[in-house]
Amino acid sequence: MNSHPSLLLHAQGLRRTYGSLVAVDNVSLELRRGEVLGFLGPNGAGKSTTMRMLTGNLKPDSGKVVLCGIDLYDRPLDAKAKLGYLPEIPPLYKEMRVDDYLRFVAKLHGAKREAVEQTKTRCGLLDVGKRLIGALSKGYQQRLGIAQAILHDPEIIILDEPTSGLDPNQIMEIRTLIRELGDRHGVILSTHILSEVESLCDRVEILHHGKKIYSGKIGAERQSIEIGFRNPPSREELAGVDGVAGVETLSAGLFLIHPLKDCDPTEALIRKASEGNWGLQRINPGRYSLEKVFARLTKEPS
Amino acid sequence: MIRIVAAKEIRMLFASPLAWIVLAIFQAILAWIFLARLDAFLGVQARLQYLLNPPGVTQWISAPLFSAAMMIFLMIIPLFTMRLVAEEVRNQTLTLLISAPISPVQIVIGKFLGLMVFLLAAIMLVLLMSLTLLAGGRLDFGLLFSNVLGLSLAAGGFSALGLYISCLTKHPFLAGIGGIGALLGLWAVSFGTEKIGNAFQVLSPARHFENFNQGLVDTGDIAYFILFIALFLMLSVWRIGNLK
Repeated sequence: MNSHPSLLLHAQGLRRTYGSLVAVDNVSLELRRGEVLGFLGPNGAGKSTTMRMLTGNLKPDSGKVVLCGIDLYDRPLDAKAKLGYLPEIPPLYKEMRVDDYLRFVAKLHGAKREAVEQTKTRCGLLDVGKRLIGALSKGYQQRLGIAQAILHDPEIIILDEPTSGLDPNQIMEIRTLIRELGDRHGVILSTHILSEVESLCDRVEILHHGKKIYSGKIGAERQSIEIGFRNPPSREELAGVDGVAGVETLSAGLFLIHPLKDCDPTEALIRKASEGNWGLQRINPGRYSLEKVFARLTKEPS
Repeated sequence: MIRIVAAKEIRMLFASPLAWIVLAIFQAILAWIFLARLDAFLGVQARLQYLLNPPGVTQWISAPLFSAAMMIFLMIIPLFTMRLVAEEVRNQTLTLLISAPISPVQIVIGKFLGLMVFLLAAIMLVLLMSLTLLAGGRLDFGLLFSNVLGLSLAAGGFSALGLYISCLTKHPFLAGIGGIGALLGLWAVSFGTEKIGNAFQVLSPARHFENFNQGLVDTGDIAYFILFIALFLMLSVWRIGNLK
């Protein structure tokens, strides 16, 4: 049935409104096995809303979600069996003990009993098994939240801000864990920590005002060259330089050059600049980080 | 799946002090009524023998005991049902159930049955209290049976209604007040409507319980409670399915 066995999640044209507010507008996503997809966006961009729709916690006004070839809205139970989800607020019963909680989750998902011990080891929860969840620190609660999402070894793991509330050491551990999970399964994680996306994800999607405004492989944006001139040439002139695929105007005299694949137009640009007396002020090859992409795309026009 | 949810509800119920405190108060009040009725019975026992068809000890003591238990259930069941869904919505733990391969029907029935196990245990305690009368005489087991059946059905009806109200809000406290209000309202409509006709009478669970209380097991009353339970469980399923 499934023509792409490696395609784990496929969402098309998701849209959700709250009254007159459009929270998510026409968002489409794909996730393949062995991939960690970063979901980036300012607060209120629609990240959590999208994730809730992907996990069947929120009905979209239109659009469809297919998990491992199973339509989430036609056969919800079969589709949800493929899914592990950590919401923004971990779904923990504060008055339960850690062991009881994990056993309950294991039963809900029909996982084996040994999975509980394995997951506790993986998430560093071995010494808190007998403690009440409500008495755990925020870091432990967050780890327990991740534990419930991965306990049944799901194909698709959706994590909403998995590292929030953790200290730097714990963040490192959890990132290693997510990377591990991403090798065998497919992971979607949302965050607003840019360095996390850069160090962890294979691909990034940036949401803003409920729309997908950027989608690309991590590292691709590093190829771009930021270049500034005192007497700026026209965009057409810049685009005519050898090896240049596209030009974006960042501000007066400041451009972003997208090179052709496997080309480095840096030298050609410098030569042209001196020939044409453009007054080269600065050139930053490979320094155009995700941070700048993010800031440029999501900054409100003032 | 239903069993897993029910087992979780029972465990959470017994882990909270609320269940134990309410159960203790319930027993204390019933014990008081039991002893008061027993005392009254002993006072009139000598004169009862001159009656042609004297009320037995079951009718004199157990029936009022079950009637009181029904009234107390009306007040305390909303305290248990209020948490069932509202608290899970507020603490966002319902997400765990909704993201798991389990349907809203299984969630609702699991929660309902979990609470019913607890309430049936409480009803057994009322029954045990009556059975102590065996030490001093014979009991009318038919009347006891119809009372246990009636109280169980009433408890089911109250739980289903309370569960549905718990689905309507994310504030457990509001769900509790709403549940008590709705149940008291249904109880109150049976007053002052005797002359208007029996539409209001038919609505009231208390009125249907009365028949069981007098030893009358009527299929109409059984059907009423089963429909009542089914209606509110179905509304709850529909509500949870549409919370999204």
